[in-house]
Formats: sequence, C-alpha cells, structure tokens
Amino acid sequence: MKIEIITPDKKVYSGKVKSVQVPGTDGSFQVLKNHAPLISTLGKGKIKVVEEDNNELFFDVEQGVIEVKNNKLILLAEKI
Amino acid sequence: MANLKEIRSRMTSVKTTRQVTSAMKMVSAAKLRRAQEAIIQIRPYATKLYEILGNLSQNVDSGEDNPYSVDRGENKILLVVINSNRGLCGGFNSNVNKVVSNLLAGKFSSQFQSGNLHLLAIGKNAFDFLRRRNYKVTHKNELYNNLDFDHVSPVAEQIMTDYVSGKYDRVFLIYNQFKNAATQTLMMEQFLPILEQEESKKTNNNIDYIFEPSKEKIVSELIPKSLKIQFYRALLDSHAAEHGARMTAMHQATDNATGLLRELNLVYNKARQAAITNEILEIVSGAEALKG
Repeated sequence: MKIEIITPDKKVYSGKVKSVQVPGTDGSFQVLKNHAPLISTLGKGKIKVVEEDNNELFFDVEQGVIEVKNNKLILLAEKI
Repeated sequence: MANLKEIRSRMTSVKTTRQVTSAMKMVSAAKLRRAQEAIIQIRPYATKLYEILGNLSQNVDSGEDNPYSVDRGENKILLVVINSNRGLCGGFNSNVNKVVSNLLAGKFSSQFQSGNLHLLAIGKNAFDFLRRRNYKVTHKNELYNNLDFDHVSPVAEQIMTDYVSGKYDRVFLIYNQFKNAATQTLMMEQFLPILEQEESKKTNNNIDYIFEPSKEKIVSELIPKSLKIQFYRALLDSHAAEHGARMTAMHQATDNATGLLRELNLVYNKARQAAITNEILEIVSGAEALKG
C-alpha cells in the first residue's frame, strides 16, 4: 500500500506502508490493505503511519482530505 | 575633447555600477531558483486536489448552493493588485500598475467613481503607486517576508468571507504569470465568483467511493481549499516572475555598462594620445625656435 502526504508547501511523506490511521471529520479510522475506495475529509488530530518494518510515524494534521483508491492513498493536508 | 580626469572618474563610476548590477543578477538568479522550486512543490498538491474534485463532481450536481459561485452583477469590485516590494526589475511593476490605472479609467470607472471599487495591494510598489494617486487602498506587503501557505491562506480566507457576506460582488487578481526567466505574462484573473468550467474530460472508470461525511460536505470543504490554492499559486507565480524580470533587467544593465565602458575607454585613449601629440609638438617647435 502506497501513501503520499502532501501540503501546499512540500511533500511531507511518501512510501510503502502497512496501515494508516487518520482523524476523519466523523471520527478516527484506520486504513489497511485492500480498503474500499474512499474519500473523506479530515479534522484536527494525529496521523499514524505504520511502515512496512513496523516503524511508526506520527504527523499532526489540521484539516485535510484523504483519497483511497486501489491501495493508493493520497492525503492532502493544509498544515502538518 | 573632454579632459582626462573627467573621463577617468566616469569610468570608475560605470565600473562600480556594473559590479552592483552583476551582483544583483546573481542574487536574483539564486532567488529565482528557489521561487521556481516553490511552484513545482505546489503542483502535486494542486493536481491531486483537482483530481479528487473531479472524481467527486462526476456524481454530484455541484454549484447549486455553492456560496462561492453566486453572481450578483458587477456592483462592488475588489481588485487584488500583485507586484513586488522592490524595484529594479524592468517593466515588472509598471506593467501591473498601468493595467490597474487603465481599468480604473475605463472598464470600472463607474464603480470607481461611486466608491464601490476596493483595492488590495500586495507589494509595496503597487501600494505606493495607488496611494500617490490618492486612491483608497489597503495592503498586505508583509506577505513577501514569509511567502508560505500558512501566511497566505488567511488573506485568501478574508477575501472569501467578505465575498460571501456581500462586501464584494467580483474579485479579480492582477499579477504577472511566470512563463520562463525572461518572459512574464500579465494576467487578470477572476477569482470570485467561480467561473463555470467545462468538464471536458470525463473518466469512465466510475469507482464506487465511500464518502465521509457526505459528498456535499466534502465538496463544500474542497472548493474553498482549491480557491486558496489558486490565490497562493498566483502569488508564487508573481514572486518567481519578479525574480526572473529582475535577472533579465540586471543582465541588460550589466551588458550596457560593459558597452559604455568600452566606448569610454576609446575616448580616453584618444584624449590621451592627443595630449601626448600636443606636448611633443610643443617641444619640437620650441627646439626648432632655439635652433633658428
């Protein structure tokens, strides 16, 4: 599963991951492999990224949107 | 023929000017590269955002109750005039100023006379130009100190809320678009209300998305986002164009100084030769007189 985290100023993160947990507007949720296509807006909170070697990364986010499609995640955030 | 000392001092002054212009050219070249990188950085964000919006709008009847595309006629207008804080960049600033004064005298003169035209200057040069003509103008010149999305988006947000509340009916951006280092195109872009865009390419791979919280909510959140991006991109464009313009202007100035220096050198040598010839003539004629 591939993810790209992008802000207007720079590309914050891109790489292969096991799972991603994001703060959706309607509550936090986790995306794993083969998730159904999804578009959701994000509220304020923490993004948790688990890389393939179980390395955990955290990003603070304030407003954003995530698209999940064919094991490709695009996360557009206004602030990281 | 001008005297030697005069020419020499002119040559030194031209030389120092050339040093300054060539140094400024180097600085602009470095800054231009950074400004260009910023534009490149924003591109993936913008394209992905439009992609998502495109995926959404395939099954949403967008624009029905979108507060940013309400057309209320052309009564109250805001012109956002974007140029630079510094000079010495050729026609970069004056081109923008010229367009604005043409608009005020022509297309928007009635709104301007009735006081329904507001001006927002981004760039000290535009602000000074408009203030000197006693126009009412506010400015956001400090944006150039820290040109990043965090600082720019509040300005865009302010304009958007003012538009929604009915303070303005139309918002235009006037700025230089960056083509390449040597050329800029002057743009006048309608920022608000959003113009209907022809959805020409419709992808057929209709994917059944899950929407959270709902399609309408997502669209209403993404539209202001894309507006802010548009505003930010205009600023970045102008910023890169400024450095490009300054680089070209300074390059020309350096070339001119070199040409001038060559001419002066020629004049100087001629004057020197004439002086020597004169002196020899005097000595020879003096010796000749003694002989006689």
